[in-house]
Amino acid sequence: MSAFAIETHGLTRRFGEFVAVRDLTFHVAQGEVFGFLGANGAGKTTAMRMLIGLLEPSDGSAQVAGYDIATDSEAVRRNIGYMSQKFSLYDDLTVQENITLYGGIYGLSNAQIAERTHALLGRIGLEHARKELVRRIPLGWKQQLALSVALLHEPKIVFLDEPTGGVDPITRRRFWELIYETAAAGTTVLVTTHYLDEAEYCDRLSIMVEGAIAAMGTPGEVKREFGVTSLDELFLQLTRPGAA
Amino acid sequence: MRVILFLMRKEFLQVFRDKATVFQIFFIPVVQLLVLSNAATFDIKRTSLAVVDEDRTTVSTGLTQRLEGGGRFRVVREQPTTAGVEFALLDREVSAVLRIPHGFEADLVRERHASLQLQVNAEEGASAGIILTAAQAVLADYTRELGMTMGAAGVVRGPVLTIATQGWFNPSRNYKHYMVPAILVSLTTIIGLLLTAQNIAREKELGTLDQLNVTPITKGQFITAKLLPFWLLSLMIFTIGLLIGKFVFGIPTRGSIPLVYLATAVYLVVALGIGLFISTFTNTQQQTMFVAFFVMLIYLLMSGLFTPVDSMPRWAQWAAEVNPVKHFAVILRAVLVKGAGWEVVARPILILAVGGVGILTLAVRKYSKQAH
Amino acid sequence: MNAFAGFVRKEAFHILRDRQTFWILLLMPLVQVLIFGYAVRTDVRDVRIAIVDPTPSTATRALVQRFASSTRFQLMGVYPTMQSLDDGFRSGVLRQAVVLPRDADRLLRGQATLPIQLITDGADPNTGSVMQSYATAIIQRWHAESVVRAGSLRIDLATRMRYNPTLESVNLFVPGLIALVLTIVSAMMTAISITREKETGTMEMLLVSPLHPWAIVAGKVAPYVAMGFANVLLVLGAAWGVFGMPLRGSLVLLLAECLLYILNALALGIVISTSAQTQRTAMIAALAGLLLPTLMLSGFIFPLESLPTPLRLFTNIVPARWFLLIVRGIMVKGAGLATLWQETLILVGMTLALLVLGARRLAIRLD
Repeated sequence: MSAFAIETHGLTRRFGEFVAVRDLTFHVAQGEVFGFLGANGAGKTTAMRMLIGLLEPSDGSAQVAGYDIATDSEAVRRNIGYMSQKFSLYDDLTVQENITLYGGIYGLSNAQIAERTHALLGRIGLEHARKELVRRIPLGWKQQLALSVALLHEPKIVFLDEPTGGVDPITRRRFWELIYETAAAGTTVLVTTHYLDEAEYCDRLSIMVEGAIAAMGTPGEVKREFGVTSLDELFLQLTRPGAA
Repeated sequence: MRVILFLMRKEFLQVFRDKATVFQIFFIPVVQLLVLSNAATFDIKRTSLAVVDEDRTTVSTGLTQRLEGGGRFRVVREQPTTAGVEFALLDREVSAVLRIPHGFEADLVRERHASLQLQVNAEEGASAGIILTAAQAVLADYTRELGMTMGAAGVVRGPVLTIATQGWFNPSRNYKHYMVPAILVSLTTIIGLLLTAQNIAREKELGTLDQLNVTPITKGQFITAKLLPFWLLSLMIFTIGLLIGKFVFGIPTRGSIPLVYLATAVYLVVALGIGLFISTFTNTQQQTMFVAFFVMLIYLLMSGLFTPVDSMPRWAQWAAEVNPVKHFAVILRAVLVKGAGWEVVARPILILAVGGVGILTLAVRKYSKQAH
Repeated sequence: MNAFAGFVRKEAFHILRDRQTFWILLLMPLVQVLIFGYAVRTDVRDVRIAIVDPTPSTATRALVQRFASSTRFQLMGVYPTMQSLDDGFRSGVLRQAVVLPRDADRLLRGQATLPIQLITDGADPNTGSVMQSYATAIIQRWHAESVVRAGSLRIDLATRMRYNPTLESVNLFVPGLIALVLTIVSAMMTAISITREKETGTMEMLLVSPLHPWAIVAGKVAPYVAMGFANVLLVLGAAWGVFGMPLRGSLVLLLAECLLYILNALALGIVISTSAQTQRTAMIAALAGLLLPTLMLSGFIFPLESLPTPLRLFTNIVPARWFLLIVRGIMVKGAGLATLWQETLILVGMTLALLVLGARRLAIRLD
């Protein structure tokens, strides 16, 4: 069993001629909040989809929760939670029905489902909307609900793909509090984002440019390494080499 | 097993919450069954006929009267010359033209032999054949009758032919007994196959399938959970249709009803399995529906539901052997109409069962939680 | 207009980029016309028949010979008794049987009656009545020729099968198939692609653009007009090249009528899309609502003359019915506008009515 929650070696994904992710090698410690930072199309989502078993790598290897993603993908799936960039709960089902469905899929007992529904909805203050169709609740709450559902079966690692896209700053703040609570409880969090301020909240981060890792470390380390005072500056320097 | 129940519950909630869909999947089959069952016949009741009577004699007008009186023809034009009949045939005002040439009666009296000319609009082959034989029948009767009256000189020779016709299995010749099961098969297939195929494509399009794919659901569980709800829905549609067939159209139920349901249950696994299989390699709902439509059309038209399998060339008859619709139609017609039992339908049910296992295995294998 | 051209390009690109769909849309109809052209026949042939003749003679062997040499029948055997018939019918090996009386030869030379039994598998009454009339005709002709001698009357019926002398099913099927394919490619695809934009919310984005809503709809359907037209050309090409289907009338007129029918189907698709909220409802409405009526109420498979009156009146609002008359008229009968102007006018009227209806409902949606 690997000491790390996630460990990759030379992970690569090609689409025809185009290399979406190039030679990705990194590791994430257990309980860490690890950020993937990058512009749109930098390969963050592709990398994440390989790790959670939605996309076959062209090259390289990775272990997630101690299991090889190529040979043991079902074991990987039992140990992870995922929240996609595109809202992917059923919006023609109610809040409770969505939770029950995923609880059932992950093999929770009815009592466990009831108990965790109560806890999760209480935490995000959505108890009152339990019987609402998901389609009718506001976006900010939808995102928090999606996170809650991803955590329902208490996975070892949770993957969040741009979880805060399109929500207001207050909800974003609230969302990151949830992420910290999750990490504090021992769950490893891998999150992609293109908000630079969010990157500062991560324990460690990697900046991806054109499918490859351009910088990696704690926010402080990364800034020191490139001699910049803010991630903003660094980001501009990395993505538009001529501008700095 | 419990996982499958949770997934099935979700499918039912989604379908029954969509009022428009519920209305459609129950209403459209009922209306179509009621309407289309009246449409599925080749039997032409009355053919509109033009008679060009150049002879204008007792014998020629007598023939016109026999044609009109026989019930199979409606003489819409009767005229002494061919003026305008060509156009009437082209314009579909009449389906056939009978020309009685000048001297018809005289020839008959003098030479005991005369000729007539019949032109039939043969655009539709089967109808043309029926029209021709109907005309021949009237003519044969009339000839015999003339022979009696005109044979005054000599005595009629030869025996009188009588042909006693019997239709076995369906003595009333009610085509509905034959076609209602066919339409029921088509409707159940169309709705069931489409809903199943569309369902997965929709989840792909909405992105909800990814969320399911990162869970530890097995492929077998997934395929089963996608199949069962629509299998049950299709059985419901089939039941409603069967009840309508029985009580509105009075189709016979001579055989065993449990046997009918056994066959239906097996058949639906094949039909819906085809839908599932299609959706494993398509990406959008549009694509799925188009492929599903063409596959379905081939299955339906080559199954013998609407046109006789016996008339197809040998290779097509072979192809029909792997057509689930054909086997199901054979079973349904044999059990309902002919009262056939297990010994007759065992083979087609077995073929369907093999097909069902085959297509589901393919679907499970082809379905991938992972993009390549 | 420039914006519009750009939009059409975007839509066309959308279809072209999806190679799989593009090829399926283009080639499936062609595959179908080939399969159906060879395989599906509405006429009845190779009827498996048995003859029961207790006392074979030269005269009865002549009857057997007549059945054996007819392409419509396939003689399965001549039996002395009726015993084996039952099994044959139940297992489907036999579809029909002619039962001759004992001493048919003697009866033929006599003056009394010659009773013949004709048994037909009536489970399918449609083919059953056709089989019965074919067999009756053969028996009658045999009887007539067997007893012809001095003194008996004979009337010959010289028959001409007009327009389709060999009774080719292809001539009947190709027009029907064109109607089906166009209904699906144009009506269903239009309905689904517009509903899809509604479902995914991109329709709203388009509607706030400076393009007029009608330009948007026109832009969405334009590629399908082209696709439908390409299908028509391919199917016609196959019908003509492979099956030797005649084109007796004007090609230009035929193509113009096809275009008219494509527009009609598109208008139908637009109307469906204005009332459907999801692709699923659009699909069921288009497929279940259009497929079977186009198949069964258009004269494609079953002759319209055979319908009960209320249903025959109803077929008047099925566009495929008129389109079929037009296509068959032009291709098989060589008719021109002089004969087909009514049908054409009806299709034009339907198309306009559907477009107006679609426009109204679209306008309501936009408010």
